Amino acid sequence: MDARTQEFLEYVQAGGQVETDDWMPDEYRARLVKFIEMHGNSELMGVLPERDWILRAPTLQRKLALTAKIQDEVGHCQLIYRVVEDLGKPRERCLDDLLSGKSKFHNVFHYPTKSWGDVGVIAWLVDAAAIISQKALLKCSYAPYARVMKKVCWEESFHILHGRDTVLAMVTGTPAQFELVQEALNRWWTPLMHFHGTPIPAEEDPMFVWRIKSQANEDARQQFLDGYVPQIRELGLEIPDPKLRKDEETGVWEYTEPDWDELMSVVTGHGPASEERLAFRRLSRNEVDWVAKVVLAEAA
Amino acid sequence: MADLIWEVFRQERKGQAFVHGGSFHAPDRAFAEAYAREFYARRQESVALWVVPREEIMAIEEFPDEFDLKYRRVDGYSIKARLKEARERAGTAQS
Repeated sequence: MDARTQEFLEYVQAGGQVETDDWMPDEYRARLVKFIEMHGNSELMGVLPERDWILRAPTLQRKLALTAKIQDEVGHCQLIYRVVEDLGKPRERCLDDLLSGKSKFHNVFHYPTKSWGDVGVIAWLVDAAAIISQKALLKCSYAPYARVMKKVCWEESFHILHGRDTVLAMVTGTPAQFELVQEALNRWWTPLMHFHGTPIPAEEDPMFVWRIKSQANEDARQQFLDGYVPQIRELGLEIPDPKLRKDEETGVWEYTEPDWDELMSVVTGHGPASEERLAFRRLSRNEVDWVAKVVLAEAA
Repeated sequence: MADLIWEVFRQERKGQAFVHGGSFHAPDRAFAEAYAREFYARRQESVALWVVPREEIMAIEEFPDEFDLKYRRVDGYSIKARLKEARERAGTAQS
């Protein structure tokens, strides 16, 4: 490592922040682009499972809330892609790489949604897991990204509550409704345990070394379990992991080791809904292509 | 094709300073206004917005102090030693 890179590394590790026009090592820039682009991709792909339920939402209020949430998430995608663009990769290329499978999106968006119970569980627990990661990004060494996360976190604050409210309505409804939530929880538990990634120690995680992320994967997962396991259990729902328990002495949650190969396979585009979601995204990009062309031609 | 980047500055409450909020693509002023309203004020989180094409903003990031202009600042004045001497002369120094 050359002296300038070493100095940069020490600067970010001491809590220093970097702006777009500042000098940065190529590796740092490349890692930022890859990570932030995947975040943008995930916001965009994350609306597809929810979109499927706009027409099937049980009440007008739920339909409006779901639509508002989707608008927020597409807005987050455009904000986050802007950060990537300023680092040197244009939005059109981000979309090309997403649609060709060259870049990734988050594991949870590769799975299908089977019932309205899934919508509640996703909005509550997937968003809760996401907020933990996003809050940690408020301290990202790359300042433009950290600033965007402020707006994202603020807008997402209603999402979790909307999800929890949806779940509460169902668990206080008929036994069939309760069962829909339990089934959804069973389906989503593994993806939720995968969500924060493999338990790689912080010092070995390049994302932490460069202070792009400010916490270890396992710390994020522990924070999720600490916050949400009690909230799930108090509703009478059962978490499908017989080994899940908190060691009262160490305060650490123990759980069945998730299948990390499954996570790898899913995020590389081999999840149960990966192909269908990408196909739909391709279709909508082709369908609206003429709009952009007309608008830009008129403005020229 | 005109595909401009616009920077948004938002005021949260009357009387406060405008703070940079973010940026977006828009082909012209009409789209820029619509997007700005939608992205930065749909929850009434702003009372006013300034929307500016990025290319119209001049960024100044280097501030060399070649002429040693610290006489303009408080750190340009170290009065401790002189004050001590003055007090001794006047016989007002506290022991």
